[in-house]
Amino acid sequence: MRRTWFQILTPVLASIIAIVIGAIVVAAIGYNPLSVYGALLAGAFGGWYSIGNTLAGSIPLILAGLGVALAFKAGLFNIGADGQYWVGAMTAVWLGYHFNSLPGWLHLTVVLVGAMIAGGLWGGIIPGLTKAYVGAHEVITTMMMSYIGISLARYMIEDGPMRVKGYIPQSAKVDKSIWLTVLISHTQFTTGIFIALVAVIVTWILLYKSNVGFQLRTVGMNQRAAKYAGINVPLYTVLALGLSGVLAGLAGGVQMLASTDHRLVDSFSSGYGYTAIVVALLARNNPFGVIVAAIFFSALNYGGNNMQMVSGVPASLTDVLTGLIVFFVAAERLIPMIGTWYRKRRSGKHTLNVSEKG
Amino acid sequence: MDVLLQPQLWASTLAMTVPLALPAIGGTFSERTGVVNIAMEGIMLIGAFFAVAFSYWTQNPWLGLLMAMIMGAVIASVFAWAAIRLSADQVVLGMAVNIFAAGLTAFLLNTIFGFNGTPTKTPSLPSITIPGLSKIPFVGTLFSNQSVLVYIMIVIVFAAHWFLFHTNMGLRMRSVGEHPLAADTAGLNVWRLRYTGVILSGILSAMGGAYLSIGMLNSFDVNMTNGRGYIALAAMIFGKWTPFGAFGASALFGFATALQIALQSSGVSSNLLQMLPYALTILALAGLVGRSTPPAADGIPYEPRR
Repeated sequence: MRRTWFQILTPVLASIIAIVIGAIVVAAIGYNPLSVYGALLAGAFGGWYSIGNTLAGSIPLILAGLGVALAFKAGLFNIGADGQYWVGAMTAVWLGYHFNSLPGWLHLTVVLVGAMIAGGLWGGIIPGLTKAYVGAHEVITTMMMSYIGISLARYMIEDGPMRVKGYIPQSAKVDKSIWLTVLISHTQFTTGIFIALVAVIVTWILLYKSNVGFQLRTVGMNQRAAKYAGINVPLYTVLALGLSGVLAGLAGGVQMLASTDHRLVDSFSSGYGYTAIVVALLARNNPFGVIVAAIFFSALNYGGNNMQMVSGVPASLTDVLTGLIVFFVAAERLIPMIGTWYRKRRSGKHTLNVSEKG
Repeated sequence: MDVLLQPQLWASTLAMTVPLALPAIGGTFSERTGVVNIAMEGIMLIGAFFAVAFSYWTQNPWLGLLMAMIMGAVIASVFAWAAIRLSADQVVLGMAVNIFAAGLTAFLLNTIFGFNGTPTKTPSLPSITIPGLSKIPFVGTLFSNQSVLVYIMIVIVFAAHWFLFHTNMGLRMRSVGEHPLAADTAGLNVWRLRYTGVILSGILSAMGGAYLSIGMLNSFDVNMTNGRGYIALAAMIFGKWTPFGAFGASALFGFATALQIALQSSGVSSNLLQMLPYALTILALAGLVGRSTPPAADGIPYEPRR
């Protein structure tokens, strides 16, 4: 029980420390921290439109963050969710404008499953196999695959076969029949949220209620022990990175069916991959915690844009906050350390008093 | 194939090697003492930004470079403190530094220089042509009009090798990365040696960043390192945690980058060419060099016996 509380408390305290440091920075450059943070909060949650945007932004973060968390559970660091996201998006768009003759529900399934497979292969095959058999560090391979994936997607719409005629490099639109239904009008908050929530539940069941999940977590806790227990470690390495990619690919697919463009456009630098890592860390890799963390970071993102417009403080302040939050989550021992130090000081004073009396 | 015979390609390779080799050698120091430093990307950005800022304010690029190195050491110290003293997860910490640095440099760029970016009047580090060498046909082009940091890098490569493998201090640092308990028993201060390794990597990474902003150019751009810190990490692994190896691998990636630039007018899609260094990294890791073994205690925090 105490451990659970500590697990929840650490990210919350980390966020509070980061927000306080942010306030000091803002005050130092001559703004009123209260009004700056007020603008941030209003941008994230002030009215249905803002709430819709914040929730819409949380959908890809839930999915990609879930993927990173799943890999973490197997002791693997998937740093390349961004590339898996784009490969998934690319595949979804291609399937989305090619198979128009299929009935709507089937077409939708094909598109999303296609995105998942593409993302899964991108994350699983090369990083997974090289990790399992030649020991190549997945931090580097997933990152490299990510850059390659983004370049590939960019190639497809700039010089490659997916480019449509015209001056702007972009792909054709996904067929209208499979666009996701908007839940809050004038925002991109769609039924994609249900896909994300189902993914959370499925991942939770997979991780904690299935044999596969047990073996996956065992590999994550102690690879050597897992090997001696007869678990096929290479298989689970490939599987964990693959499933991680599946979720990131799904994030890309859902986003293509939900966004205003419904097509691959040139202006992409989503950065979802990095935020997904932060989401997973803040959620302590708990699938349900991922939902809260994703909404938190989406709120920071939308709030930050509003903050820049209203108060003039650059939106990149929110990245500074994010970095600080991750830092303090990682440095979790700081909090008990301060506690011990404080107790020592107090008890030190106490003994001093006693000796004075004596 | 003509392109391979152009001395300009090789000169450009050498120039592209610097921002990879400096952090890669820095990473070698850090990991040899047992601390995984993926924060190099962020520290490079910090170095790049403060190099430009102080180069502009003091109108002296050398002071810019110095300030970049100091800031690199400062950020690395904070990273090292959390990694060593608090036994925090080093990879997660590194990510934190990278996100923080990307945010901070973008934030400072906006609040200090505004949306027009860094001033065009910022002085950059000088380029040097070595008089004697420039007479030799092929080598001449290689060493003419290169940034002074290119020559500094070459000195650092040899100095780092000598330091790590031929001095007592280097031996001690390596022992801490292999078997901290044994080193501790022998009376070495494990924590202090690890701080030294990480701070050295911070200084070298910041120099790599400064090369991007005031060596090749005289301006700073948001996220201008563009993943070079991660490629440097790959180069360090590819180079089997040795300075010469790190330099060689960096030169390979530098070549891939230079080739990509040289081929840009050839009609091949630049997006495909951009994949070259990354694909090469994967190939390298997938067994071109065989399995490489990191220092035994790499990434594992150490609690000294009291």
